[in-house]
Amino acid sequence: MSALPNVEIEPTPPVPSKAAALKVEDLHLAYVVRGIPRPVLRGVSFEVKPGESYGLVGESGCGKSTTAYAAVRYLPRNARITKGRILVAGDDIVKKSGDELRTFRTRHASMVYQDPGSALNPSTKVGPQVVEAFTILGQDQKRARDSALAALQRVQIADPERVMGRYPHQLSGGMQQRVVIAMALASDPQLLVLDEPTTGLDATVEASVLDLVRALIAETSSAVLLIAHNLGVIRTMCDRVGVMYAGKIVEEGPAAQVFERPQHPYTVGLLRALPRHGVTKSERPLATIPGTLPQIGTPLPTCVFVDRCPLATDLCRDVDPPIVDVGNGQWTRCHHWDRIGEIKEPAPGLGQAAIEQGDMALQLDNVSKTFRSGGHDVPALVGVDLQLFDGETLGLVGESGSGKSTLAKTILGIEGPDVGSHITLEDHELGSLAAKRPSGDKRQIQMVFQNPDSALNRGKSVRSILGRSVSKLTGLSGKAVDDRVDKLADSLRLTQRHLDLKPRQLSGGLKQRVAIARAFAGDPRIVVADEPTSALDVSVQAAILNVLSELQAESRTSYLLISHDLGVVRYLADRIAVMYLGRVQEVGDSETIFRGPNHPYTEALLSAVPNIDGEVRTRIRLDGEVPSPANPPSGCVFHTRCPRVIKGLCEVTEPPLAEVEPGHLMKCHIPLEELRRLQAQRKELVVEEQSVGPVEEV
Amino acid sequence: MDATATVGPVTPVGPTLRSERAQARRETLALLFRKPGFLIGVVILAMWAVFAVLGESIAPYDPFNDFARRHVPPGPEHLFGTDRLGRDVLSRVIVGARDVLLVAPLAAILGVVAGSLLGLIMGYYRGFIDDAISRVVEAFLSLPVILVALLTLVVLGSSTLVVVLVVGILFTPIVARTVRSAVLSERQLDYVTAAKLRGESGLYIITREIFPNVLGPIVVELTVRFGYAIFTIATLSFLGVGIQPPSPDWGLTVSDEYTNMISGKWWPTLFPALAIASCVVAVNLIADALQSLTGE
Amino acid sequence: MIRWLARRLVLSLITLWLLATIVFVIANVLPNDVGRTIAGPFAPQETVDAINERLGTNDPLPEQYLRAMRNLVTFDFGNSFQNRQPVLPAIVGAVGRSGLLAAYALLLTIPIAILAGLFAGRRRDRSADRAIVLAGVTLSSIPEFVIGTFLVVVVGVQLRLLPVIARPPENANIITFLSFLAMPALAMAIVYFGYIARMTRAGTIEVLESDYIRTATMKGLTTSQTMRRHVLRNALVPTVAVIGVQIGYLFGGIIGVEKIFNYNGMGQLMLMAAQRKDIPMLTAGVIVIGIVYMLATLTADLIIAWMNPRARLESGR
Repeated sequence: MSALPNVEIEPTPPVPSKAAALKVEDLHLAYVVRGIPRPVLRGVSFEVKPGESYGLVGESGCGKSTTAYAAVRYLPRNARITKGRILVAGDDIVKKSGDELRTFRTRHASMVYQDPGSALNPSTKVGPQVVEAFTILGQDQKRARDSALAALQRVQIADPERVMGRYPHQLSGGMQQRVVIAMALASDPQLLVLDEPTTGLDATVEASVLDLVRALIAETSSAVLLIAHNLGVIRTMCDRVGVMYAGKIVEEGPAAQVFERPQHPYTVGLLRALPRHGVTKSERPLATIPGTLPQIGTPLPTCVFVDRCPLATDLCRDVDPPIVDVGNGQWTRCHHWDRIGEIKEPAPGLGQAAIEQGDMALQLDNVSKTFRSGGHDVPALVGVDLQLFDGETLGLVGESGSGKSTLAKTILGIEGPDVGSHITLEDHELGSLAAKRPSGDKRQIQMVFQNPDSALNRGKSVRSILGRSVSKLTGLSGKAVDDRVDKLADSLRLTQRHLDLKPRQLSGGLKQRVAIARAFAGDPRIVVADEPTSALDVSVQAAILNVLSELQAESRTSYLLISHDLGVVRYLADRIAVMYLGRVQEVGDSETIFRGPNHPYTEALLSAVPNIDGEVRTRIRLDGEVPSPANPPSGCVFHTRCPRVIKGLCEVTEPPLAEVEPGHLMKCHIPLEELRRLQAQRKELVVEEQSVGPVEEV
Repeated sequence: MDATATVGPVTPVGPTLRSERAQARRETLALLFRKPGFLIGVVILAMWAVFAVLGESIAPYDPFNDFARRHVPPGPEHLFGTDRLGRDVLSRVIVGARDVLLVAPLAAILGVVAGSLLGLIMGYYRGFIDDAISRVVEAFLSLPVILVALLTLVVLGSSTLVVVLVVGILFTPIVARTVRSAVLSERQLDYVTAAKLRGESGLYIITREIFPNVLGPIVVELTVRFGYAIFTIATLSFLGVGIQPPSPDWGLTVSDEYTNMISGKWWPTLFPALAIASCVVAVNLIADALQSLTGE
Repeated sequence: MIRWLARRLVLSLITLWLLATIVFVIANVLPNDVGRTIAGPFAPQETVDAINERLGTNDPLPEQYLRAMRNLVTFDFGNSFQNRQPVLPAIVGAVGRSGLLAAYALLLTIPIAILAGLFAGRRRDRSADRAIVLAGVTLSSIPEFVIGTFLVVVVGVQLRLLPVIARPPENANIITFLSFLAMPALAMAIVYFGYIARMTRAGTIEVLESDYIRTATMKGLTTSQTMRRHVLRNALVPTVAVIGVQIGYLFGGIIGVEKIFNYNGMGQLMLMAAQRKDIPMLTAGVIVIGIVYMLATLTADLIIAWMNPRARLESGR
């Protein structure tokens, strides 16, 4: 694949020893559920120095969120700290209560939360809420108001007065999060905790918020604790990282080091489960970790990872693994870390062979969809032309308002497209609504949903869910149905026992397998997968991606893959279409899209994704917010934010979707060669800066 | 390199689905019985149910024809005293359970069945049907229940059948609204979309996919309506348009005797009133326990 | 905002029309011989026929319906069967008096219920909360007239604290007046306490679990500051909604209370009408109370829209 710039891992410069701003010592915490304490944190210890940013990473149930909330002493009523201390600036906050605790929260610690919209009082304007963060520090109303305005400016809100006069729901997600950050920094706290601060935000918005946070951190001397499940975010934001599993930190060290040379079997497994370094399905399957994540509160043996570890021996069950210093500020909690190299990568060749282009499975001509909302017309899709071939995966990429979900719904027949749209399946045109389509057509196009809890009827058993899909889609009955259900279960690695269970008794990964099996019940030609792994943990995601890849190889099904995760798209998709405001901006095969040259929007999108491989890139900053689909800009809809906009041309005429290279279509006025030149220039800049010093924004 | 995710530490499973359902039911009952409110409610209701069934056979005197001295205060011979015609109050209270516990459940069931049907249709189909029926539902909800019942009972004459019908019909819109709301939240889940994508008919989706999942709220609503039915029917009897004399119905008895309270003869009024109160409270305690269970 | 209000009004008018139609169906469509009802079971058939002719009950239904709708629009509710006088003035007066009693009851119960609900919501699942919930469930289950009975026996007769018949003498001063109405008002207040307290509690719990309360706590606000500035406004929304609805049901419960305490209000009027089978009086009563209910819920919705800017702004666009 592409040759990465060789990132040298420098030894971390010696840090003058300062007192830690946050020091967690052997923290044990349990939640009391129905009278029984269930351990969540089993001895967590780490330190964050002032000015340092420390990331906690892990999958569901590892306890990272609990640790974050414990650090600010905001725990639910049934939480019990059974052992350990939490020291902020030398002061044990576990013992605090009442006024002391309040002072701690006012002056010494602040938090930024995951869902900024719900973190703000919906019935009060933004202004009073920000001002409150200053009056609580003792400032009077007037001074607090000035401070509030200044704070909003500091988080790069252009028109603070106007924003203060609005209600939270009138602001975009990115704007809301900036307000929350402004409030958090009001007290110049010693400890700043961020809990998944950008999850749920669009990629470009996420990038600018992360940039902002990084810039602000550099200015203050707060210690920063960042919780995220997105390893890319941790890598780009944090100096040090701690990997958590089942309530314990299993490995810790400088971020770059840990991600390039992990020293714990779990970290190894986790990193290998991610589609990294541009690997695709045709090279090899993703590595998975056998077993499932332990549920909160289950009693665990000495090494919490032993049941799933490829290096496990009896020693691991009997003796608590020691903390081993592996040098350069990195340590791991394992008996057999020296045998890390033995953990094999998944063998290549089990992956899917490269696809020669098959017949056309689905053709979209001039597909448009306009919604009527409150008297306005909202064009969600405008003139989309796309093709989907047999056996290939077409990845659909875009942010909010791009229209990718609407496109999926139109193809499936959940929504009917506007008049003048044509969707052709094989040789005939598809009816607009699913209800009116012949059952043959319904069989051919099926869907895998994002949320497996919502997608499966919780009152039915797996067997009944699959059985009904089979009988309804294929017309089989009796024993033939049972046989087919068994066969489906087999190909999705579901056992007979699973078939008897109900969805709530299954883990997320298993539920998603059932959902996939259901989609394949009638041997469909096309499966629309709408964010099929977004709700799943990394290790589970890998298994699902592998399964999808296998099924495709066997049955030559085409996938329309919608995902915001470019790593997933890069792994699974053969071709990629990029959408913005309901229009296709670029289409091409996966390699071409990721290599470039790209449409300016794609370029910005690719640069915005926080990268786990340590590729140092310059960020293309997109100004402003995504325009509302109800009010699209004139000419090229991207011109309001395009860093390469040509005045006089782009806002007047919309460029056609033209084939600029064989198999590569783009909707841009700038000729391909010019884009190639400009984008190569930017990449040179990157390599230069790398050898010189820190990165600067373009 | 194992792509299988085994189930791992998941609850151990019984051999068949049926035995599992039975176990779930047992666990639910166990949880219910641990709640003090539920226990109290069941005990009280059971007591009245027994009285309703056994009636005359356990009453110390004949509630209709046994006349002793009038307005005897509670004492060893007449535990609850006698009423203005000399009838034993305790016996009348015991036998009076029958009317209430017969009529109220019927009205509640009528309301819940009709309301659920309506709610299912409104919630699933939405659109014009939903809008139109919602208007009618809202009109019914604006009607003062007691007053409309008064009017209807005057027009059609007071009989048990009319009481059941009127109360049942007046309950239907309330139930419809609750059921509709539950159906709306189910409907937006993806499994409904998945069903449509494989071509299931509306009838199938409503009955086989959605209905089993809204059964919980419907059962709670049934219990709540049962309580309100007792409440309403007792009030109507008290107002004189419900169950007719010489029934020892509690509401009716209160209506007959309340003017005597001022002259100090409180017992013929108080005991039937307590009976009404205890019944409705019992049912509501049960309903509350059920509701907290489906909410968990 | 204006658009939302206009839409609501139109919907209310439709509901009102439907309501009137329902009442019409009950009064005129159901099998019922009006003439016989008025004249009594012993009158000769000619008298009965004459009455029916005069009242137009033999006219075809559509004609009767149109007439009824026309009358509705002109507020002509017809004449009482009893005394041949227009029904409306009597009703308006009675509604006013009942309204007074209802207002008294609400004034007694709303502040205490809201405070209890907030208190219970804050101390969720602790003993104070459980006690309040139990009290709420129990008290709201008991019909108003039953509570009235208890009050009469305990407070009026045994303890002799308050007068039992709710007919204050002429020219009574405010204190005396209020003391005469106290027990019936109390009877209703006790019942409605349950509903309102539980709604407030539910609203409080929901708000306390929300993320923006977490933000407020993490800013370092004291509990009372949080309650005042962030909880109150949002938690009271369901309470306002339930009060609006209760105002409608109040007029049902008030009938029983008025009977026990012999208060000369709407309840007594309707009861007498029922005894005398005075159908026009009854139908008019139903429609008027229906209108009162719709006005109450409309006002409640208005208040909620004012408290909840999101609803206000989004629908105003």
